[in-house]
Amino acid sequence: MNLSLADITAIWLSLKIASVATLVSLPFAIAVAWLLARCEFFGKSVINGLVHLPLVLPPVVTGYLLLIGFGKQGPIGELLESCCGIVMSFRWTGAALACAIMAFPLSVRAIRLALESVDTKLEAAASTLGATPWHVFATITVPLAFPGILAGAVLGFAKALGEFGATITFVSNIPGETQTIATAIYGHTQSPGGDAPALQLTMISVAIAMIALIASEMLARRVSRKAADL
Amino acid sequence: MSLSFEIQHRTGRFTLDLALSCQGPVTALFGPSGAGKTSVLNILAGLIHPQSGRITFQGEIWLDTHKNIFVPAHARAIGYVFQDGRLFPHLNVRHNLDYGAHLSKDRPARASFDDVVDLLGLNALLQRHPRNLSGGEQQRVAIGRALLARPRLLLMDEPLAALDVARREEIMPYLENLRATYALPTVYVSHSMPEVRRLADEIVTLEASHVTSHHANEPQA
Repeated sequence: MNLSLADITAIWLSLKIASVATLVSLPFAIAVAWLLARCEFFGKSVINGLVHLPLVLPPVVTGYLLLIGFGKQGPIGELLESCCGIVMSFRWTGAALACAIMAFPLSVRAIRLALESVDTKLEAAASTLGATPWHVFATITVPLAFPGILAGAVLGFAKALGEFGATITFVSNIPGETQTIATAIYGHTQSPGGDAPALQLTMISVAIAMIALIASEMLARRVSRKAADL
Repeated sequence: MSLSFEIQHRTGRFTLDLALSCQGPVTALFGPSGAGKTSVLNILAGLIHPQSGRITFQGEIWLDTHKNIFVPAHARAIGYVFQDGRLFPHLNVRHNLDYGAHLSKDRPARASFDDVVDLLGLNALLQRHPRNLSGGEQQRVAIGRALLARPRLLLMDEPLAALDVARREEIMPYLENLRATYALPTVYVSHSMPEVRRLADEIVTLEASHVTSHHANEPQA
């Protein structure tokens, strides 16, 4: 392997963007999944539709919507910049946002299934023992749904790592700022003599995905073994 | 005990409609299955919010639908033993027993951890997991878990119904021990007259969602 500096930066940025996207969106994914799994309310199907929209929309459309909304002139983008100094467009933070939104429906689906599989009778039993709804959630629901929540996070991470269309539309393909493995490979395939570096990045991409999958498998097994030893 | 309530609650095709004032300490709700006994317990526990009604326990209002008062289950200081045990599968027996105890530290303890473990014969089970317990053992742990939550009112929903005759006979002495040791206000739901005769100070008969009789009983071993 002899990776160029730009490629190494792209790998590092990919990991950073996917990790931030996964970690920041996970609490929201759990909250939305819980809402969809456990609550009946007016407009639930609208929420459900909105969450799943990035899954069915062409990624370019999602990216373009982000550009309109979160770009420098976009209403949310302007607000974020004036109040918190956060700039999304053409920055790695914007790439993380695009990845988080693209990965969101996958995480929510997996976590929702896991939450639905938790027996509500156990939650009721916990509440009769004096546990507030928050305590029930933290000590009964989340531990019992943990393997599914982890699966949702890994799925989201994998999706974020491979996200291409929305990212390149929203934040472009700027080496050192928004160029990820996926957009770097695309860049290599567009330039003469780019086959070798494209192949190298492809192999690294496969390796990262495998490591993430194996690590999550091991973590899930360790958690269930730890639960058995308690 | 002073537990009184009146409830009107409609679910599907049947309407629960009853008013009761219990003296206890052990009140049995007796009746055939489908009479609404479990629904009454769930309403007393705060797991079901009835359409209309009022519940007071020792001067405290737990529910008054006219005044919009509803004390949620976790704030009622009860212990509930379910028909199906409902032990937490990710916790071992010791942690199951501790679950409610941790949350009720501000109330005076009626019984220490060791007392309850002794009373129910749980010593050998503490490190085990619910999935490795027999039905009778699970039910004993469930009773211990409810007791250690320092309940002011104990609700028991057919704690023996899911067990075979031998297991029932195994647990019965523990239940008799319980009533003799703690005299804890208890509402005990059952469809077995012999069981009720052995444990209850008063027997309320429920048929088709209505109270059909209410009389005192001398518990007999």
